[in-house]
Amino acid sequence: MIKHNARNLTNEEFFYGHKACGGCGESLAVRLTMKILGERTFAALPAGCMSAVSFIYPNMAFTTNAIITPFASTGAVASGMAAGLKALGIENTQTVGFAGDGGTADIGLQALSGAIDRNDDIIYICNDNEAYMNTGIQKSGLTPYGTKTTTSPAGKNLPGSITMKKNMFEIVAAHGIQYAATASVGYPEDLMAKIEKAKNTKGTSYVHIFAPCPTGWGHGSEVTIELAKQAVDSGLWYLAEFENGEFILNKNPKEFASVENYLMAQSRFKHLKEEDIEVIKNHRDAKWAKMRKDWQQK
Amino acid sequence: MNRPKLKQWQEPVNIDAYPVGSTCPSDHLTSINAGWRTYRPVIDTDKCVMCLRCFLLCPDGVIDKSGEKLVIDYDYCKGCGICAHECKPGCIEMVKEEK
Amino acid sequence: MRKFISGNDAVAEGVRLARPHVISAYPITPQTIAVERLSEMVEDGSLKAEYMHVESEHSAMAAAMGVSSVGARAFTATSSQGLLYMAECLPYASGARMPIVMMNANRAIATPWNIYGDQMDSMFLLNSGWIQVYVEDAQEALDMMIQAYKIAEHPQVLAPMMVNLDGFVLTHTYELVEIPEQDKVDAFLPPIQMSKQVMALDDPKSLCISAGNDFNMEFKIKQERDLQNSVSVIESVDHEFHEAFGRKYHGMMECYKTEDADVVLITTGSITGTTRIVVDQMRAEGKKVGLLKLRYLRPFPAEQLRIALRDVKHVGVLDKNISFGYEGTIFTNVNSALSSLDTVPKTTNYIGGLGGRDITKGNIEEAFEQMMSSDHHDKIQYMNVRCEQ
Repeated sequence: MIKHNARNLTNEEFFYGHKACGGCGESLAVRLTMKILGERTFAALPAGCMSAVSFIYPNMAFTTNAIITPFASTGAVASGMAAGLKALGIENTQTVGFAGDGGTADIGLQALSGAIDRNDDIIYICNDNEAYMNTGIQKSGLTPYGTKTTTSPAGKNLPGSITMKKNMFEIVAAHGIQYAATASVGYPEDLMAKIEKAKNTKGTSYVHIFAPCPTGWGHGSEVTIELAKQAVDSGLWYLAEFENGEFILNKNPKEFASVENYLMAQSRFKHLKEEDIEVIKNHRDAKWAKMRKDWQQK
Repeated sequence: MNRPKLKQWQEPVNIDAYPVGSTCPSDHLTSINAGWRTYRPVIDTDKCVMCLRCFLLCPDGVIDKSGEKLVIDYDYCKGCGICAHECKPGCIEMVKEEK
Repeated sequence: MRKFISGNDAVAEGVRLARPHVISAYPITPQTIAVERLSEMVEDGSLKAEYMHVESEHSAMAAAMGVSSVGARAFTATSSQGLLYMAECLPYASGARMPIVMMNANRAIATPWNIYGDQMDSMFLLNSGWIQVYVEDAQEALDMMIQAYKIAEHPQVLAPMMVNLDGFVLTHTYELVEIPEQDKVDAFLPPIQMSKQVMALDDPKSLCISAGNDFNMEFKIKQERDLQNSVSVIESVDHEFHEAFGRKYHGMMECYKTEDADVVLITTGSITGTTRIVVDQMRAEGKKVGLLKLRYLRPFPAEQLRIALRDVKHVGVLDKNISFGYEGTIFTNVNSALSSLDTVPKTTNYIGGLGGRDITKGNIEEAFEQMMSSDHHDKIQYMNVRCEQ
């Protein structure tokens, strides 16, 4: 399998001239994924930022075949495209779905589950920026505890969102999927390696990419990559794979980087009190204790 | 520069000339993003070590690595500053756009 | 070959003959037997297609859209709650001009829960940009599966098509049905042609794009114009079908003994058969009654209706649905079409069959008698109600 890096990565762009905000992490995730999947890719994107910024008549940002799907339907439309291509005998193609965190963990979960159950030959990318950004920063099932969004305001009574992130990666893995992984735009080589594995997987694969959103998170557009790396280094996100029925923890830091530094760099967390940060850390520690105990480490 | 190009596009003059259904050719750029920029990245190509980190991490893919030196497609650079922030040798400067 | 089969079986036979590439379906009573038969045909190899077990009707239509987006032939089937569940995807498919064909087993809408046939479900989707045809019997159901692909895929049409058959009364009733031969169907319905708006590796497309307030209206006007213009294709396909198979359905609508009729009842679907018998009986008694079988509700044959009904004194419209707060949906459409006649006939709305309630020959005869009498009656008449209203 090709080990992708900046040097050997194609110079050709397949996702270009889109109208995403400057410094958008999701758009980098889509760009890198498309560069690895190549020109024979059929992409399905539900309602969300990435479809809203790429298909505004007459300005089309994908250079490959691409379609906007109903919000709930990324998995189903991608499956349908793969089935149609198969029935027509069109070979050596990639079918990929790019959905956001809400499009995956909330409204699109059922169709994703169906696709994995059928083991359709598609790649499903979850671009996780931890809220419904396209509609104006509302809480999703992947919004972490303590996040201030426009529907989980932080105030006297609540610290913002009071739910933890759904364990999407493990929900997907529980289907017995062929290949699943988590990644972060802060670790681009790791991300690209996982896309390459997904590309070479026969059957359904899922890559959950952590991707900061300057607009929704309230940080400078230039620090997107840095924050995506800090999230992993502080243990609030993790890099892992599910392959051959086994969980593998790819990166196991001896010591976590500062959670406070990560949180306080973003206006969505600026209101957090010490005890709120304790909740976040305790949740992180419990998660890591379980991962370190039960998952292989490579 | 090896990047998707701005297309000449004529607005359909009648209903017949509109697409059949909500379909459009892909690779069909009809507007540029240069106006979004407050700062423009300028690469000091003498200092640049061609590590290509900026090429890798640009969300808009505007840095072309096909030549001997890196070239920025200023039609589509939004000036987010990721390239300058991530440049380890510090050879990309964000310069204020003069309007 | 003639076979004694149900309406659902006939649908499956018609779909098999039309050779779809992919079937995506989710079970719902009373459509289930159609998709069960199709899965058996895929299993035994008599239908070379992919069968996708989707996890909902919403995904059934979304998957069909994926299939259609790459230029392959898609089929799905649903009913009632399932149709409403997939509703979001219907204008999506029609806006992208995807020639998907769907069977809908017309069934009541909850609540109260009811699995039997009325036409409330498909009426909700009249505005979805889909062609809607209603069939009278199992033979027409089979034949329309074949016609539907030819109409939907026609380059001047490119619209998805919903073939409606009454739940249970048609889906579960056994009739002798002529099964056309595959080679004759292949000659009538060639493989799907790649149209310019589908995805292609050598000519990549972006589909289901957005068009803001600057361009949206023009896209919609084009869609509306093309759907209106599909009438001529619908009629020519029916004509061609008649030449190939010897059966004809009279295109948009069938007029039965309407020419000199004073009173005409407009029907859709299976109740047409019953009405035909009543018309024959009453004609034998010298009563000038007629039947207009409305086959297509979208596009709506307004001009043909005006021509057929301009000399009629009283038109009844049998609606197996209510648009709550107003009247039967077909009644509204018919009145709108007739309103531009110089002399507008009297009209009465007969609402019946809700939740599968019988509409008897007696009920229909009463309706004709009521329209023929000069007595005043309310514009909306409920048929076969079990208590005082």
